[in-house]
Amino acid sequence: MTVTTRTSARARWYKTSKRLAPFAYLSPTLVLLTILSLIPIVMVFYYSLMDNVVMNPDPVFVGLKNYVEILTDDVFHTALFNTLYFTLMSVIFHLIIGLSFAMLLNTDAINPFTKALFRVIYILPWVFTASIIAILWRLMLNPNGVINYLLEWSGLISQKIEWLGSRQVALHAVTFINIWSGYPFYMVSLLAGLQGIPNDMYEAGTIDGANKQQLFRFITLPQLRPIIISLAMLDFIWTMQQFTLIWMTTGGGPIRATEVLSTLTYKMAFSSYEFSLASANAFVILALSLFVAYFYVRHQGATNE
Amino acid sequence: MSSALPKSVSKRLSQIGIILVLIIGALFAGFPVLWMISSSFKSNTEIFAYPPSLITDSFSASAYRTVLTDPTKVRFFINSYVVSTLVMIFTLFVGIMGGYSFSRYEFPFKQALNMIVIGVQAIPPITLLIPYFSLIVLLRLYNTYPALILTYMVFTLSYAIIMMTGYFNTLPRALDEAVMIDGGSSFVALWRVLVPISLPGIVSVGVYTFMLAWNEFLFALTLTKTLNMRTVPVGIQMLMGQHSYEWNEMMAMSVLGSLPVLILFLIFQRFFIAGMTAGSVKG
Repeated sequence: MTVTTRTSARARWYKTSKRLAPFAYLSPTLVLLTILSLIPIVMVFYYSLMDNVVMNPDPVFVGLKNYVEILTDDVFHTALFNTLYFTLMSVIFHLIIGLSFAMLLNTDAINPFTKALFRVIYILPWVFTASIIAILWRLMLNPNGVINYLLEWSGLISQKIEWLGSRQVALHAVTFINIWSGYPFYMVSLLAGLQGIPNDMYEAGTIDGANKQQLFRFITLPQLRPIIISLAMLDFIWTMQQFTLIWMTTGGGPIRATEVLSTLTYKMAFSSYEFSLASANAFVILALSLFVAYFYVRHQGATNE
Repeated sequence: MSSALPKSVSKRLSQIGIILVLIIGALFAGFPVLWMISSSFKSNTEIFAYPPSLITDSFSASAYRTVLTDPTKVRFFINSYVVSTLVMIFTLFVGIMGGYSFSRYEFPFKQALNMIVIGVQAIPPITLLIPYFSLIVLLRLYNTYPALILTYMVFTLSYAIIMMTGYFNTLPRALDEAVMIDGGSSFVALWRVLVPISLPGIVSVGVYTFMLAWNEFLFALTLTKTLNMRTVPVGIQMLMGQHSYEWNEMMAMSVLGSLPVLILFLIFQRFFIAGMTAGSVKG
């Protein structure tokens, strides 16, 4: 009798603990994610509905006034346009360069050692952090720097260009730097994807009389499609959020020529102390990111099945 | 079909063509890095010498000596090492348990929680920055290590959980069941059995986490204030405003600041690449 009750109590305890165990293991995660993402998002949304928080001890509720203010502001439009230009160009060129390098590294024409060596060189830009990349390119793109020298020497330009200091070229220049620093991520992923394409697909294609372009168009590209879509969406989300590179090369200047949403938000908050406007701005960026992320998660879910 | 050339010759030619393209690509990727290293060994007056050259007469390691003997700059490195290492340890500890939970248990809201963990990665740092600033000041953590360690975990943690869940999913459940039959708890099964055999996965997550923390800029810029709390990426920026552009020192510091990640990368290349491709390539 006592034995049975004890075992059933034990069994019950065992069952309860088994039910609670997953939450016990997840508890640190849940606590951290609540503090680090749930609460902050609620806070930033709350801030965005108030009249200047943080600086004002008695902030009042103003509804969507801050959103109306930023969405009708020309500076916001400039920043939005610059962000989209910066992001789209980066995604497109990351893909082109990443795919070209991946295909180069995937040929059988060179021996494995040479391949490994070039692979390391090609990944190099990815190893450096954005602030170091920014300083390095400031040095190279300096009007008296090595890039202008090489372009003048090769006859491509006739006078020195202020790459980061001129309103006409600064946005292209920072976009170029971002392209340089970001393609290895694509290259590495696409190389893994290329190696995953079964060889007999190409053999079958060759037997059917397909030439190299046709093999690329009808076998390589369709096989890489899911990876390319994932990469482009991830990159879109990350590039849209880029702050460091622009902050440290041009700081958004000259005269807003390279202002993006993140640098604009930062300036609003920590230079002009307009925390509520900045929060509204930050919330818009969040909405844009989650919009793309929604498609990314859906796409990942679809390819998982 | 394409030519009258013997096959071996045309193969040879296409090989030369590929190598040429490879070299052009390598210049695009590698020249800036080479220029950084070269500039770090120049004297500041020769940085913009005309015509520029990779190795100048003034070749010396004096910029490195200046950086490494300046306590302020050495402190940037110490800060970065401390913060990155601690972020890595905490992330692994919490992430391993989170991954274990997602991999081994069925529980209510599992799907939703999983989506949240994945979704957190899409939250822009700039969105979190303003509330973090308030929270960190409120918690009296402004200008301290914990401010950085805590906030960095928002990005490293979800990455670690996703990776560890995937890794644990590849290990047979029979492993933990064997421990439980012997009377051990799930805790023992996790830390004594699963963790040791998951070492490759853990190393890959750890290295990647370290790198993310080492590279972080925005939070470090905003949540610390005094020079002695700055990390390397922010410290370099401080250097830029402070002096009238000591380019050689900045480049020396850039090289030194990139070394940890570069060394980790060269040693753990395979793991790095596994970590990089995880988000887009399906195994």
